[in-house]
Amino acid sequence: MNARAKFVIGAALVLTTVGFLMTSGIKETGVYFLTPSELADRVQADPTFHDVGVKMGARVVHGTIERDVGTQTINFEVTDGEQTYPVVYRGIAPDTFTDGVDVVVEGRLAPDGTFHAPGLLAKCGSRYESEPSA
Amino acid sequence: MTILGQLALWLALLLSAWATIVGFVGGAGQRPELIRSAQRATYALAGVLVVASLALVVALVKHDFNVAYVASYTSRNLPLIYTLSAFYGGQAGSLLFWAVVLSVFGALAQWLTGRRYERLMPYAGAVTASVVFFFVVVTLFAANPFERLPFTPADGNGLNPQLQNPGMVIHPPLLYLGYISITIPFAFAMAALFSKRLDTGWLHAIRKWTIVSWLFLSIGITLGMWWAYVELGWGGYWAWDPVENASFLPWLTMTAFLHSVMIQEKRGMLKKWNMVLIALSFLLSIFGTFITRSGIISSVHSFSQSPIGIYFGFYLIFIIVATAAVIWSRLPMLEAESHLESMVSREATFLFNNLLLVGIAFSVLWGTMFPMISELIRGTQVTVGPPFFNQVNIPIGLALLALTGIGPLIAWRRASPGHLKRQFAAPVTAGVIVAVLLLALGMRNLYPIMALALATFVVGTIAQEFVRGVGARHRLHGESHALAFARLVGRNRRRYGGYVVHLGIVLYFVAFTGQAFKTDVEASLKPGQRAELRSPWGHTYTFTHLGVSQYEELNRFTTAASVEVARDGERVGVMKSEKRQHVNSLGQPTFEPSTEAGIRSDLREDIYIVYAGSVAGTEEAVYRFTLNPLVWWLWFGGVVLVAGGVVTLWPGTSTSADRRRAMAGYAATLEGSTSGAK
Repeated sequence: MNARAKFVIGAALVLTTVGFLMTSGIKETGVYFLTPSELADRVQADPTFHDVGVKMGARVVHGTIERDVGTQTINFEVTDGEQTYPVVYRGIAPDTFTDGVDVVVEGRLAPDGTFHAPGLLAKCGSRYESEPSA
Repeated sequence: MTILGQLALWLALLLSAWATIVGFVGGAGQRPELIRSAQRATYALAGVLVVASLALVVALVKHDFNVAYVASYTSRNLPLIYTLSAFYGGQAGSLLFWAVVLSVFGALAQWLTGRRYERLMPYAGAVTASVVFFFVVVTLFAANPFERLPFTPADGNGLNPQLQNPGMVIHPPLLYLGYISITIPFAFAMAALFSKRLDTGWLHAIRKWTIVSWLFLSIGITLGMWWAYVELGWGGYWAWDPVENASFLPWLTMTAFLHSVMIQEKRGMLKKWNMVLIALSFLLSIFGTFITRSGIISSVHSFSQSPIGIYFGFYLIFIIVATAAVIWSRLPMLEAESHLESMVSREATFLFNNLLLVGIAFSVLWGTMFPMISELIRGTQVTVGPPFFNQVNIPIGLALLALTGIGPLIAWRRASPGHLKRQFAAPVTAGVIVAVLLLALGMRNLYPIMALALATFVVGTIAQEFVRGVGARHRLHGESHALAFARLVGRNRRRYGGYVVHLGIVLYFVAFTGQAFKTDVEASLKPGQRAELRSPWGHTYTFTHLGVSQYEELNRFTTAASVEVARDGERVGVMKSEKRQHVNSLGQPTFEPSTEAGIRSDLREDIYIVYAGSVAGTEEAVYRFTLNPLVWWLWFGGVVLVAGGVVTLWPGTSTSADRRRAMAGYAATLEGSTSGAK
């Protein structure tokens, strides 16, 4: 077998490994990214969906943030305009987390309808860019 | 001033269109008068864009808040340095920055290499001008920094506090310099295709450009890590955020290109592949700018949604189609002059290095785009986060690390068993010893052990090269060891500079290994109370909360919390972390409060303290304490990498006598390493 054929086999092996790592990586670590309404539909269609970890992107409802600094717990509500969920987050919230911002919460929807989020990402469309306040 | 800026932009539009069209026509028809005209347009283009940039700088410095851009990104109480950095802090300004820097690079390329590569230069100039044209169009029609407001606000909005950091002053422009300078090698590659001069001439023309742009990218990315680490307060430096990934992608393909051009230069192989790689790098640099600037993939870095997305989308499609067509039409001229002879050879090692780098690039691109891809195919967004990228890239990265040690030392064409033993016996032994030691010390994590063993192996190969080279010169020329070292490096800069860059990369890997051992604890402490954390090195740290203080500074209110830190009962010092509320000149708060982490670095680990706020009205503070092993080595690796890059780029050895002497030094090393094995 010449070197070229050997290289092609070697390259195929490398590419298969990379492909395998990628597909297994996505299978093991991929997380659904849903809006509150989409999450509600899913849970209604299939109650076992409560056990699946998801990311939910929504907006923090004004005036619902309650911080308990002592236990480092933050309670707030998120909504997409149709469906609203109460969220419980434990930990230190990012600087940008405040009333009315878009957040991504990662966690599970408990059967009682509360979203328990170990992960919280406040994304602000205007994070580095804010419109001049007219 | 904005009228001058507008005018300069319109002139730039005409000049760049002229330089593109006339350059192509002149190059194709070999018409010197047209070529000269395009050259003059290239210089004039740089001139008018510099004028446009100065106009923006003047508007910023003079606080002309009637200009929307100035009002959006600066305020009266913003320090001058950040007022200047607002030039590229916003979308419109950063696009102008692209245009002006590229036009200056184009003029530089014309000036430095125009005469030597006179057949390539007209086309290369035209391609560069066409890219400038695109950015001028976007600046003029979609994101114009000179647009005026219908009214004049009393004060501007101010710059986001997270951008008010020295790292943020230099990180974006350096990263942009990296992105932008890729255009020049790309333009020369296209020029080679257009002019059908596909010998190694174009490779010589771009050799330094590729290293320069690679260095800028590396520095830009590293500074970005540093900024994220000190400013974002989550205790890490890389989160696989889409914007970070976007800067990593062209770095990967450029790294692959830097290696594979050596094969083309020495053996005349991989000609098509190199064309594809440089085109891909250029494409990814535009794509990176697009992702950063358009917010197409929601990410913490996303800039606001804006109309520039559609411009970039069409431009990307245009580049893909155009470069593919040009490469396709020249395929028969890109046949290899020789073939791979053995799997145990430098060629094969470099091929695998390329494969792995492109594999990483593909997986990172796939992971970054996956939310969009899954939505297109399955109708639901599925996101992948750091676990995906780590799971895929750690094994590939380790394989790459191994090749970093093998590639530079293995023989071209075919390596004999004797050669392999001579080159690798000692470094492999060193690596194995480290692995055994780590196991004996009780480390049980597979990847960190492999990473440290491979790092030792690579450092071993590099050390061996230096020792043998110096030894050979010492014996043959009777030079002192210091002189032999200086001459060895000085006369083979590309080679030994390359080793130093590799050493820098190894240090990055060592630092990454530390992330496997990161520990943290969150605690709510009253003054006098303490939290404990055990370091991976076996020490116990105690953090005693001292108190909270509030004061006014410059353009912000600061709340600072102080902690006394002790290691195994011995006092290390007092550290503080701050919450900053920025205010405008009227004292009204702007932006959300931002966190300033307290960081104390040493060679073993960083102590990283984040103050998250106080229990209302009391001095009870909430903290996160993190022990972050080996982070210092990342920044040190960056310095080493840059030093190596500078050695490779250092001008000189251009006279033929010098070159001959350099070759003699190289021969001496070869001889030395052979005789050393007997």
